[in-house]
Amino acid sequence: MMDNGFSSPRKDAFPVGLRVLVVDDDPTWLKILEKMLRKCSYEVTTCGLARDALHLLRERKDGYDIVISDVNMPDMDGFKLLEHVGLEMDLPVIMMSVDGETSQVMKGVQHGACDYLLKPIRMKELRNIWQHVLRKKINEVRDIEILEGMESIQMARNGLDQSNDGHLLCGEDLTSVKKRKDVESKHDDKDPGDNSSTKKARVVWSVDLHQKFVEAVNQIGFDKVGPKKILDLMNVPWLTRENVASHLQKYRLYLSRLQKENDTKISVGGIKHSDSPLGDSANSFGTQNSINIQQNDVSSRSCGFSGNSLLVQNVEPRSHDNDRKGIVSKIVAEPKRALTVEVPDPHKPRSSQMEFGHSLTSSASEVNYAEYDSNFPTKFSWWEIPQSRLKQEQKPLHLDDGFSHLTWPGKQQHIQVDYPQPAPPIISGSSVTGRGMGGSVKIKPLYDECRKNGSQVSSTESTIEASHVQTKTYKVNHQTFEPISTNTSSLKNQASNLRCISDLESAQKNINWGMSPFATLDDDFQVRWVQGDCYAMNLGLENIDFPEYFDRGLLADVPTHLYDAVSFDYQNLYDPTECSLIEQGLFIA
Amino acid sequence: MERNQLHRLVALSRQPLFDQGFLDEQFLQLEELQDDANPNFVEEVVTLYYRDSARLILNIEQALERNPLDFNKLDILMHQFKGSSSSIGAKKVKAECTFFRENCRAGNGEGCIRTFQQLKKEYATLRKKLEAYFQLTRQVGPAETACRPK
Repeated sequence: MMDNGFSSPRKDAFPVGLRVLVVDDDPTWLKILEKMLRKCSYEVTTCGLARDALHLLRERKDGYDIVISDVNMPDMDGFKLLEHVGLEMDLPVIMMSVDGETSQVMKGVQHGACDYLLKPIRMKELRNIWQHVLRKKINEVRDIEILEGMESIQMARNGLDQSNDGHLLCGEDLTSVKKRKDVESKHDDKDPGDNSSTKKARVVWSVDLHQKFVEAVNQIGFDKVGPKKILDLMNVPWLTRENVASHLQKYRLYLSRLQKENDTKISVGGIKHSDSPLGDSANSFGTQNSINIQQNDVSSRSCGFSGNSLLVQNVEPRSHDNDRKGIVSKIVAEPKRALTVEVPDPHKPRSSQMEFGHSLTSSASEVNYAEYDSNFPTKFSWWEIPQSRLKQEQKPLHLDDGFSHLTWPGKQQHIQVDYPQPAPPIISGSSVTGRGMGGSVKIKPLYDECRKNGSQVSSTESTIEASHVQTKTYKVNHQTFEPISTNTSSLKNQASNLRCISDLESAQKNINWGMSPFATLDDDFQVRWVQGDCYAMNLGLENIDFPEYFDRGLLADVPTHLYDAVSFDYQNLYDPTECSLIEQGLFIA
Repeated sequence: MERNQLHRLVALSRQPLFDQGFLDEQFLQLEELQDDANPNFVEEVVTLYYRDSARLILNIEQALERNPLDFNKLDILMHQFKGSSSSIGAKKVKAECTFFRENCRAGNGEGCIRTFQQLKKEYATLRKKLEAYFQLTRQVGPAETACRPK
């Protein structure tokens, strides 16, 4: 249903047969609306009470396409019903009332209504309600894909087991992963990356924030959650109940999708994630991502994978636990890894099953490396990664890296995403070590290039923490890691040695990683992501703003076109409190 | 009476309902909804309205007997009633509802009572007129009555 069309089989063309549930305590209106909707060739069910409506909806989960409800109901507030429907069934809900006061209408919108009609309602208003159904589906698909993409990156990052000292997964091309819905950080005014079209302020669901969210959800118990409870537990002052509600909605959606997709677990068999610590973050990242994705407003699209090149980062063990909060992920450039496109198992990116060796404790990170295979491009499609970019045949782009940093809890907290679902796939990073990626995964070479010195990183770490160095977004052209011309210019300054594979020739996707401390990019491309950095990753290829310390030369070769594919808005993942870099426009929005 | 004359009579009798502001476009919408599947749709809806709204009127009357007046409750009840009245296009009745709510918001108990009296008058007047109208249309035949006034 998500991808297209509606779940109910209809012989006639949509919107004929649209299944509408009308809820109104006024019997006169109920009769009129029923007649009107029937005249529109819709299938109508009427209900006089909110609880009856919920009952009907719960009974037949896929039995309705849209709900129309009056605001004033005797047994339950219409807005409450709206919330329930949105969260539980994720159906579009239209509110109605004879009262057209702005405050009421606003309330409706805030609670998630997709429209607010004033009584008396005209036929023509009802004729067009199908657009809400269609729009929602389209957005859902997109959101899920973004989420999956993020997870994949995450997984890649975590799972990349590097034999070397940690190739850093160069962040994915965040800028390219930018969802059409731009996310504007509610707290930062800056628009991450390209997005500009969003009108409403959106909450940036940073990895950290998402982590809190997930923890709250798990604490309450997934089946007992409600936005209020979560909000209380999260204890984030600026967050509103509405933010949480919509995020929860997406989260649920995401999880259910994961469940469905769980068939192909990419257990990145070969990719063993030797590095550990990252796992957590990766996981959490994934979760965060998913959450982000779910939220429309959240530009979790930070997953900017450029399609198939999922940068699998091997997270260096050391990166994680030590004081540096960054996660060094090694890029698992395993030719056959699921991560890369070539991965034989087609998995859906969604099932972020890749568990990168790392301690991906959170099952949530279901980064599906499978995505990296040919499916990958599709998955990320919503990230605006142009399909063309996602070249399967090219080296799979392991975008994951970018994510790994996202998951790093800035302050060392491991983001453990506990998804009630599938355990993260394990990606054995062995092959990924990039070294021999002869196969499709070209990432390897890339990784080789980027090698992060631990020392450097550490030094950076401190800086990063303090100063958000991260934003090193470097674009890695996944596609062709082979000819990676490693830029040795490490991004110094804050020790972000981001070695960009300058020669990203076929790298259609540039992964922008907001990597904070970049170790010297030499052979092993190691990107150490510090929590803050991740956020900086904007997959938007086009707008890669490199911090001054960043060696622009690195990106010189990066074809810009890669960027636009993914406008991954890492900003979402960015915890505003932590990465000030983002504000510096380092990330390509 | 000839068919044609009946039709004309029907048309003539319904026109003033609109001209004099008793009914608005919503009533026309109802007429448009009337078809072969529901040949008496308009009358059915109006009947349903009067039946259901009687309950609401009673609730308001009871609330108005309270001392002190609970304006919030009154406002809510009237909101319901207004919504219902909008369903058949009862224009004058709706206007009285608005006045009533204004009085509620102002905390004007006297105003509320006065407005409510007026409202009940309009409500009763409309009912009579519609009853007469439907009687006529029944004679003519439902399908023929659904015609738009100019």
